[in-house]
Amino acid sequence: MAYSDKVVDHYNNPRNVGSLDKKDGSVGTGVVGAPECGDVMKLQVKVSEEGVIEDAKFKTFGCGSAIASSSLATEWLKGKTVDEAQEIKNTQIVEELNLPPVKIHCSVLAEDAIKAALNDYREKNGQPAVGDSRSAV
Amino acid sequence: MSIQLPIYMDYQATTPLDPRVLEEMLPYFNEKFGNAASRNHSYGWEAEKAVDIAREKLANVIGADPREIIFTSGATESDNMALKGVAEMYKSKGKHIVTSMIEHKAIIDSAKRLETWGYDVTYIEPPEDGITTAEMVEDAIREDTILVSIMAVNNEIGVINPIREIGQLCRSKGILFHTDGTQGYGKIPIDVNEDFIDLMSITAHKIYGPKGVGALYVRRRKPRVRLAALIDGGGHERGMRSGTLNVSGIVGFGKAAELCQQEMAEEAIRLSNMRDKFKATMMESLEEVHVNGHETKRIPGNLNLSFPYVEGESLIMGIKDVAVSSGSACTSASLEPSYVLKAMGRGDELAHSSIRFGFGRFTTQEEVDYVAEKLVDVVNRLREMSPLYEMVKEGIDLSTVEWAHH
Repeated sequence: MAYSDKVVDHYNNPRNVGSLDKKDGSVGTGVVGAPECGDVMKLQVKVSEEGVIEDAKFKTFGCGSAIASSSLATEWLKGKTVDEAQEIKNTQIVEELNLPPVKIHCSVLAEDAIKAALNDYREKNGQPAVGDSRSAV
Repeated sequence: MSIQLPIYMDYQATTPLDPRVLEEMLPYFNEKFGNAASRNHSYGWEAEKAVDIAREKLANVIGADPREIIFTSGATESDNMALKGVAEMYKSKGKHIVTSMIEHKAIIDSAKRLETWGYDVTYIEPPEDGITTAEMVEDAIREDTILVSIMAVNNEIGVINPIREIGQLCRSKGILFHTDGTQGYGKIPIDVNEDFIDLMSITAHKIYGPKGVGALYVRRRKPRVRLAALIDGGGHERGMRSGTLNVSGIVGFGKAAELCQQEMAEEAIRLSNMRDKFKATMMESLEEVHVNGHETKRIPGNLNLSFPYVEGESLIMGIKDVAVSSGSACTSASLEPSYVLKAMGRGDELAHSSIRFGFGRFTTQEEVDYVAEKLVDVVNRLREMSPLYEMVKEGIDLSTVEWAHH
């Protein structure tokens, strides 16, 4: 399967690989997917007191498209407010990375990871969750 | 010495044509173009003679009589022919067939077709080492069993089945024994008499011959195996497989078999050494690596490894100059992890992390060393990026996590 240049670039130079302290109250963590399905994403956001995402990190077990989708997501998250981040759609990821139909599930998983991380942050800060995306860990 | 990229390490998928084979084939495309079935002129006689010589070379490798070699388009056709041909011919004797869950799809799908035609099939579930034993076959055999089909060597994990014991068991019970010899023929010693084989599928392109030509060995004596034909027509190949013979392909197949026979022992040592060194490097340089299939009962040119916490397709992407095959989901159109590794109880998780390395006649030690070094780097890099690896390092048991299945 041929990968788009953007996928290859994110695979070779992934942005924001790493972890934030998941016990920190300003950090939201989203772990989604399953090893049996061949992809697991961990996406984390650190939110400032003003509600702006000041840092984002990811780790992904999955194919090149899954790695690229989560890497791209961290780039897009930085600087957005929690409400703006909630609006990121998988279709935008598909478009940006030129994902073929068999890889659309990677973008769906990335959107789910974003929403799970935001919900984790909201729950830690006494806010109601939005939607049903939840972190496995 | 400089390395030519890409590096081919997928010898169980197919092999390059040996230049000596090509040379032998070339005249049969133009000057010696006759139809081997033409009985009235020298063009036909010339072609027929070439086919006979090839038939003899092919038979020699396995101690068969040349008349027991039936040419086909490849091992898939041979497998179909063996299962469906025997089932049809012996249906009055019984309608039960024994095979295993990790056979090639050509066997499994033929068996499934037979089930829709009213036959009963038992699929043996192999243990974790991937080897189907005679005891397992014995447990599966019934009063009405007419055929047992167990492969000589598994195409994904390279393990060698004890076909002699299985053959002996079948012979003692008067049941026909077919073996898919695609990955074993010309690579390990197989003798149709000593191994009690009644039918065996083989193909040219796995032994440095051309694609599109294969054969089915069909025993003529003690017992005489009869087959219903799948392809009817001019009555070629003793009426078992009609159709004008692919003379150039058959000539190449014969030459390829002859070379394998001459070079088998030497090549086995060379490939085993290369494979074992590669395996040792992986084991020493990386924390957790699993060998899929039995550690030692395997053909020299195969190694199937799982790299836990790393997904196979991303691993292959990291060694993009190396042609290997993955048991991972995303590489195949079906989006399913390897059914072979799953059936062996490897679990989907490890099946997703597996890579098949195939070494062959044209693999060099420099290439193997290059791949080993590159692979260690990529696995380490991807593990640094893997949430699973991080969780395990934190002491989390991955099996206790409630994953969201989608």
